Amino acid sequence: MVRFDVLEHELVPEHYLVPKEEEEKILKELGVKKENLPRIKKSDAVLRVLERKYGHIPVGSLIKIVRKSPTAGRITVYRVVVRD
Amino acid sequence: MSHHIFGLTKRINSIKFALLSPDEIRRMSAVKVITADTYDDDGFPIDKGLMDLHMGVIEPGLRCKTCGGKVDECPGHFGHIELAMPVIHVGFVKNIKNYLDATCRECGRIKLKDDEIEIYKQKIEEAKKMGASPLELMLITKKIIEDAASRPICPHCGAEQKKITLDKPTTFREEGRKLTPKEIRERLERIPDEDLPLLGINPETARPEWMVLTVLPVPPVNVRPTITLETGERSEDDLTHKLVDIIRINQRLRENRDSGAPQLIIEDLWELLQYHVTTYFDNQTSGIPPARHRSGRPLKTLVQRLKGKEGRFRSNLSGKRVNFSARTVISPEPFLSINEVGVPEAAARELTVPITVTEYNIEKMREIVRRGSNPKGDKYVPGANYVIRPDGRRIKITDRNAEDVAKKLDIGWVVERHLIDGDVVLFNRQPSLHRMSMMGHLVRVMPNRTFRFNLAVCPPYNADFDGDEMNLHVLQSEEARAEAKILMLVQEHILSPRFGGPIIGGIHDHITAMFLLTHKNPKFTKEQAIHMLSYLDYDELPEPHKDENGNEFYYGKELFSLILPKDLNMEFKSKICDPSVCNNKCVHEACPIDAYVVIRNGKLVAGTIDENAIGSMKGKLLDRIAKRGSDEARKFIDNMTRLAVGVISYRGFTSGIDDEDIPEEAIIQIHEIIKESIKKTDELIELYKQGLLQPAPGRSVEETLEMEIMRVLAHARDEAGKIASKHLGLENSSVIMARSGARASMLNLSQMAGSIGQQSVRGQRLHRGYQDRTLPHFKRGDLGALARGFVESSYKKGLSPTEYFFHSMGGREGLVDTAVRTSRSGYMQRRLINALEDLKVIEDRKVVDTAGNVVQFLYGEDGVDPTRSSGGENVDMDEILTDVLGEKYLLRRRK
Repeated sequence: MVRFDVLEHELVPEHYLVPKEEEEKILKELGVKKENLPRIKKSDAVLRVLERKYGHIPVGSLIKIVRKSPTAGRITVYRVVVRD
Repeated sequence: MSHHIFGLTKRINSIKFALLSPDEIRRMSAVKVITADTYDDDGFPIDKGLMDLHMGVIEPGLRCKTCGGKVDECPGHFGHIELAMPVIHVGFVKNIKNYLDATCRECGRIKLKDDEIEIYKQKIEEAKKMGASPLELMLITKKIIEDAASRPICPHCGAEQKKITLDKPTTFREEGRKLTPKEIRERLERIPDEDLPLLGINPETARPEWMVLTVLPVPPVNVRPTITLETGERSEDDLTHKLVDIIRINQRLRENRDSGAPQLIIEDLWELLQYHVTTYFDNQTSGIPPARHRSGRPLKTLVQRLKGKEGRFRSNLSGKRVNFSARTVISPEPFLSINEVGVPEAAARELTVPITVTEYNIEKMREIVRRGSNPKGDKYVPGANYVIRPDGRRIKITDRNAEDVAKKLDIGWVVERHLIDGDVVLFNRQPSLHRMSMMGHLVRVMPNRTFRFNLAVCPPYNADFDGDEMNLHVLQSEEARAEAKILMLVQEHILSPRFGGPIIGGIHDHITAMFLLTHKNPKFTKEQAIHMLSYLDYDELPEPHKDENGNEFYYGKELFSLILPKDLNMEFKSKICDPSVCNNKCVHEACPIDAYVVIRNGKLVAGTIDENAIGSMKGKLLDRIAKRGSDEARKFIDNMTRLAVGVISYRGFTSGIDDEDIPEEAIIQIHEIIKESIKKTDELIELYKQGLLQPAPGRSVEETLEMEIMRVLAHARDEAGKIASKHLGLENSSVIMARSGARASMLNLSQMAGSIGQQSVRGQRLHRGYQDRTLPHFKRGDLGALARGFVESSYKKGLSPTEYFFHSMGGREGLVDTAVRTSRSGYMQRRLINALEDLKVIEDRKVVDTAGNVVQFLYGEDGVDPTRSSGGENVDMDEILTDVLGEKYLLRRRK
């Protein structure tokens, strides 16, 4: 059992799983192909927490991250899950 | 699609690295080299020697015996040396060690069970299918080797394994017994092809035993040319020297072996051969002395040719020497526009611009060619050095053929004419740390021998005139000139992308002059005004004022207003603003020290123009004008710097040590304060000794004491400075410079007039030196101010011997810091640039690399270009409202 929820930590930004059906729309909006997105490893601690919430997250899923930014206030970025 | 535009039709998909097999070395060899000699007595290359004509030619007149080419036609051909005994290749020592460790000493199989081999092979296959990088594959191999090396018994033949150690650089030992390269080669030969993939080797391209050399390739002579000095003396390349050594020892080794010499002698020679071959590859191998030239200089062998800053990659491939460039000392010229650069005539005649002859310019070009390469006359007129015919032939223009060539000149020819005023060039000062280190300038051909430019352009280049040199590059194509003019011209770089403010602007005297011109609005007679304005291109004077005697005069602010854009409205605080004067309640244009700048419709109504208005990096006025457009900004800076020179050279401005003279009673007062503070530190020390000092939270008593003392002494210095500055008013040149932001600070002045203050090393009072004391002049354990580096004297008064020593200690730290900082930040910069160099911002403001991978979804996360923003924000409402509503808005904003 995971004892600690990393998402609770103040230095860890908010992470969400993007539902499969929205993926295409978001990629179109961003104008990027999936393989050109930044990556997040399947073994990332955040994914373990997310899997408790959403169930199994397959490789290739899209993760939405909302970060604090010194220039833009809040900013949304996306990462694609990859095998490690 | 973009492939077509740039003519790119092929892309490199992969690069394969392989080993040269002995067979392949022999196959590609044009000659078997057997003699260590190079040339015979007639200076002719010896057959089968190191300069054999089969390996290429370097002397004009001879022909290559392999391909028949002449000097520039023959690319050179490899030769080879048959080694009498095998030697280890230093570049592969680590690999050899791995293979010996991972395989059985008896049967040569990898020390893994068959099922394990299968599992590992599958793992590699899978990784390859996933598109794993070579680095990732290497990591897998490393793991396999580690696993196999840990087996004490071979799972295949059951042989007991012995521990192999590597005696750097090339000696292997098995439980203390030396392994000869021959034995090692035999072991490597035994490894079957099927096991090689597990060791990271592709059996189709390489065999491990090829890492032990039996044949040595000899590089073509073109790679190691003989240099002939004027004296006719020949000197060979370092590589040739090394090859001579190798052949000699190889010969002796063969003779000794064949004649059945004692094993000991053979082994010695063998080791010597190993040494020579090792240093031939890398003369900086740790553990062995570098091979030296007769003069004692270490030889530059293969690795040395490639490695490091002076190596082939960094010095010949990433960077190259270029033509059409010049370098000389720089000096200032305030009458040049910021866009211009003064080029010496001598340089302008060497540097040329290619001009294609057309029916429209043919007469002009004929005239230029007719003048030849060195036109006479007092006035500079462009000539030409070469013409290029449509067939590509270059004709040098001499005084003799100039007339002739001019006549023959026709449409389609290219004339390389000298620089003329207005040519676009690139100007650069190293270190090139940011994009403003290389900007486009317009040429102004001038007499004398230095490059010259406007002083306002010093900050982006970080240049001064204490002997700095700069480089100039003449652009050779129309596209390059267009790009330079549109993107690189100085006026396009007034705003720095580093902080979004102006980096080009007033410095030193410009600021002093503008202060003198505007502070408290001085009056100037008509004569004076005309003199100062004669530096500008103004031919109309405003209506003068008249005093009670009927004399005409102008106000300084009026003169300054002449150079302002006519519709400018803004307000801001001057650098000299001192909130203590108005108790933090700004009274705007009524400011008693004239420190609130008010500009209404292009007229300076109130306030002093100083660093905060026109200074490089700080100038608000500059910033505002720069955002209105680069042409306007350039005009303003040109006018401002000229006016400044006019003002300061008419009025005169000087500074001396007597600027720091303060009255006797002030000196006594300062003494009093310092004495008081020293007494206070003594009291603190007394308190500490009695154990009565209360430690500050989170600190020890000692730390608290140090902190308190530092605080008291810093306070003392500040107070001394305050008293000193009370007697140093704005009529004082040094103070004008410090307060207006032109140069120096009030702290510098108070250190000259008042007291220098505490010296420190690593942020602490000085404490190192002798046992429990800094110098033998003090008692052991003395913690007092004077014993720990407090300097009570001023620079003007001079320092006592102990103070001088302490001051040197503090000063040394500063010097060391800058030295360390520059080298370290230079390296950091290099790494950053290598990591970021080919990122770009694409149309939708995404930051991507060359493969299209996203680095940022929106540049800077907000998509804002700092040079087009207002203090980092997209829009500055204040600015827009001021532009639209003018004074009305500014007045309302104050409330």
